[in-house]
This record gives sequence, C-alpha cells and structure tokens, in this order.
Amino acid sequence: MALDRSEVEKIAQLARLHISDQDAEEVAGRISDILALIDQMQSVNTDAVQPLAHPFDAVQRLRVDKVTEENQREYLQSMAPETQDGLYLVPKVIE
Amino acid sequence: MISHTVAEIVRALRSREISSTELTRDYLARIRQLDDSFNSFITVCEDSALDQATSADKALADGTGGALCGVPVAHKDIFCTRDILTTCGSKMLHNFIAPYNATVVEKFNLAGAVTLGKTNMDEFAMGSSNETSHFGRVCNPWDITRVPGGSSGGSAAAVAADLCAAATGTDTGGSIRQPAAFCGVTGFKPSYGRVSRWGMIAFASSLDQAGPICKSAEDAAILLNVMAGLDEKDSTSIDRDVPDYTMALNNPLKGLRVGIPRQHFAHGLNAQVEDAIREALRELEKAGAVLKEIDLPNNHLSVSAYYVVAPAEASANLSRFDGVRYGYRCENPVDLEDMYKRSRSEGFGEEVKRRILVGTYALSAGFYDAYYRKAQKIRRLIKQDFLDAFREVDVIIGPTSPHGAFPVGTKSDPVAMYLEDIFTIGVNLAGLPGISVPAGFADGLPVGLQLVGADFDEARVLNVAHQFQQLTDWHRQKPRVPRMQKVEGA
Repeated sequence: MALDRSEVEKIAQLARLHISDQDAEEVAGRISDILALIDQMQSVNTDAVQPLAHPFDAVQRLRVDKVTEENQREYLQSMAPETQDGLYLVPKVIE
Repeated sequence: MISHTVAEIVRALRSREISSTELTRDYLARIRQLDDSFNSFITVCEDSALDQATSADKALADGTGGALCGVPVAHKDIFCTRDILTTCGSKMLHNFIAPYNATVVEKFNLAGAVTLGKTNMDEFAMGSSNETSHFGRVCNPWDITRVPGGSSGGSAAAVAADLCAAATGTDTGGSIRQPAAFCGVTGFKPSYGRVSRWGMIAFASSLDQAGPICKSAEDAAILLNVMAGLDEKDSTSIDRDVPDYTMALNNPLKGLRVGIPRQHFAHGLNAQVEDAIREALRELEKAGAVLKEIDLPNNHLSVSAYYVVAPAEASANLSRFDGVRYGYRCENPVDLEDMYKRSRSEGFGEEVKRRILVGTYALSAGFYDAYYRKAQKIRRLIKQDFLDAFREVDVIIGPTSPHGAFPVGTKSDPVAMYLEDIFTIGVNLAGLPGISVPAGFADGLPVGLQLVGADFDEARVLNVAHQFQQLTDWHRQKPRVPRMQKVEGA
C-alpha cells in the first residue's frame, strides 16, 4: 500500500515527529516501499492461524505488589533537562 | 595475551602469569592506538577499568574471584551502566548517564569482569551495518572500507581487532550473529528470555535478546553461564534452570542430525559463501554428523512479518523519549507540542524515525488486524516450521548472511538493508538460540556459519559450534591490524 504526503503527515503527528516539507515526498516514498515489502504477508491465508505474541506462548509473570525501590528523586532528576522544586519543567501548558 | 580467548585469559590470570592490571593496560593502550581507525568504542572508561582491575587482582590473590575475574570486556552501548554514558548510538541519549546497571552488566561486574568501555552500534539497534550511529560508522577490521555489520557492529569489530577479550551484544533480527559473521568472530543469541532484558534499552520487546560476542564457542559458553538466568526485574525472563554450558562442549558429534534448510541456499547466496558453508557441513559429516535437507517453507515471509512486529513495538518503546525527564531536549520550544516534536525529530536519526512511522501506521486505528495481528499469525507459521524441523533434526545449519561484509554506503535503500537479515530474522521470530561462527572466507572476507537449536537447547548449539572449532581454525584467523608499537611507560 502506497502512502501519500498527507497520510505520512498524519502518522507523523501521531508519533509526535516533525517532517519538513522538503523531506515529506522522500519519506512517503521510502515508507511506501517498506509497506510493499510488508504486504508480502497478505499473500498467505492465515484465517485458521492463532497469533503468536510470545515465542513460547508464555504469559506475563506477576509479582507481589510491594515497594521494592527506594526514593531517588533528586538523583533521577539530576539528569533532567530542567527541574524546579522537585518537578520536571516543560513549556507552559495552561495560560 | 590480548589476542587470546576468555578461557585462556582466565587460566593465565588464575595462574598469575599476568595480572588484570597489566592486561587492562594493554587493551586500553591498544584501544588508544587503534580505535581511531575503527571507531568501535563510543566511551572508553580508563579510570574505572583500572580500578576494577586492581580489585580483580586482589580477589585473584585471595582466591575469591568470580568466573570472569579480571577479564577485560566491553558492553554494547545499549546496556545501561551507572556512572558511565549510555547513548544507544543516538543523539537522543548523547548525555544520558543511567541511574542503574543493566542486569547483564551487574552480572559481569559480580563475576569480576573489567569494563573497558561501551561499544558503538546502530542507533537504537536499528540497522545491519552500523552506519546509523550518531557517533559515526564503525569500520570492519578486515577491510576498513567495509561495514562491520550491525547493530552490534562496535562489539564485533572490537573483538575482531583484539580491543577487548569479549563483548556483549543484543540481537533483535540478527544484530549479534550478522556482525559476528562479517567480522570473523563468534556471536551467540540465546533463546528469548534466557538472558534478562532489564536495563537493556528496548527496541522490540518480544524479540530482543542479549548474548556474547567473543573469540570461540567455548567462550560463548563461559559468558552465557554468567549472563543467563531468571531476573525478577524482567517479567519476560524465563524461569528455567541454567545448566553449566561448558559441560556439554565435548560431546561427540557422532549421530548428530543436522538439518540443512533448502531456503537458506536459495538464489542471492554468494557462491563463495555457499562453498565455505558446504565445506563446513562436510567437516561435520566427517565427524559423524548426519546431514539432512529440510524445509522452512515460510522463511520468505520472515522479513515482512519482522518489519511489522519490530517497528510496531519500537514505536511504543521509543515514545518514552520526549525531552522531559532525560536525554535530548530541543532549544527554545514554543509550547509542549513543539518541544515533543522537535526534541524527537532532532534527537532521532532518519532510520529510527522511519521505523517509528511504520510502526505507528501498523498500530493505528483500523490497521491493527491487517498488520500487527497478521504478522503475529505469520510468526506462528514460522515458529511451526522450526518445530516441525526439530522433530527430525537436532540442529539447523546454514549461512549467517548471504554474503560477506559489504562496502560502506552501498545499501542506502532501506528495503535492501532489511533483506540482509533473511537468514537470521526467523530465528528471532521463533525465539530460538542461534550462533554464528567463522567458517572461511569469500573474497578475503569472513564467512559466518549459523547454527540454530530448538527452544532452550543452547548447550547443544554451543557443543556443535565448539566441536566445529576443534576441527577447524577459522576462528583463530585474525585481520591484519596495524602492528602495535610498545607504548612508553605502559
């Protein structure tokens, strides 16, 4: 399936990526090529096949719901671009 | 000593023929002298490596050292390391110092290994040539105009050039085995879940698996002994006993049933690579193995299914990189939306963005059944092919890659690059253990032989690979790396 520029822009918005006008055409072409590769799957009838989500069909292991980590707020925030009063700073969201 | 295997180095350290400090200094000097040509390291940790070596020497003197006490290794820069930069080959994490060690790193540390540094890789492990790294491409030590393979290209090149005794890698679609093949070293991907993924930056969570890149199958067994096992911090790690993988290495090959998949000898396979692989199979046959042609009828669908599953999971995993808590943030964002978009667009490289877009599309409303669910069904067919094959054979053997290392810049078309992994991807989709070992040369470049085992049959894969290395000396061949001069005072 081939994608056009506007569809690529829609996906880019969902993924929070910006694609410049000059790149949009090329990106749409590359992604269409990849989708053509992927579409080879459609040639096989898989109606009776169970999807495989995990190579050994294992299920998620659960653990006891108890705190195991210690609080490292300051240390963890030391690697953030911007913090203030123990909070992460981002551009103003509400006027 | 730097060119020796881990097994040999461990013996030399224990018999005090050499100290870990001397050995660590030798590797560090060699890295300083040669790695400008290969670019296999992103970070070299001279001071902490020498500190670890000093502690290792004390432990060796006391007789308290672990299995890898004093052995200098390198970690792929996808494994989080406390107090050491972890970039994942991306501008997005150019300044990221992880707050903890990955379980794999922790296990190497507990075993007494010395961390020389962090190795270069394709950005977020997305690539088969190590050309997508933000920190520059890696050169193949056999021919610096060629790629080392990817994504664990830095680890494979560093091992091949004797810049470390061994290195860690990760393999989502062939990222340990293909670079090992291209660089003429041994690379082992265990079964999915055998090694903890905790602290290993996620690419495609249902496929990613860590493993060793090293100089022999025996070393792979020694290293897997350290790496494998259940980890409470990784709910996908498997709760199964870890055997001592070195115990089965010397089992004889007599009667071993070897499956040769017809689909792995199809068109596109370089003739010299095929000759080398057929010769390797004859060696195994002479040693008593029984060869049998088998079919993996859905192999041709593996690349298509993979390029849905891997990008879809990647698009979800990489949504965490938003410029808020760590990593790259764009300059002067006008609002939150602008900050997310520009941080991600400036922080990620082209290939990573391409895969995020493909994955986002595959998971977007209305397309889930046609893409992700369809790919999971194909994945079942591929797994079933392997299950059927392993009813008749003990191990499946063929080429790791259709050809040797290709020249830099020759695969600018993403689809051409994706098809590079046609022999390795199915193994990931099925979650099986697979190793690549050197098996000769094609046009002067190393050829990799891939051996694949049934679920959790790591011990047998290592056994067969080790026996092959007893019959051949391809794994002992070294690239003609410039001779090192004695460094003053080292």
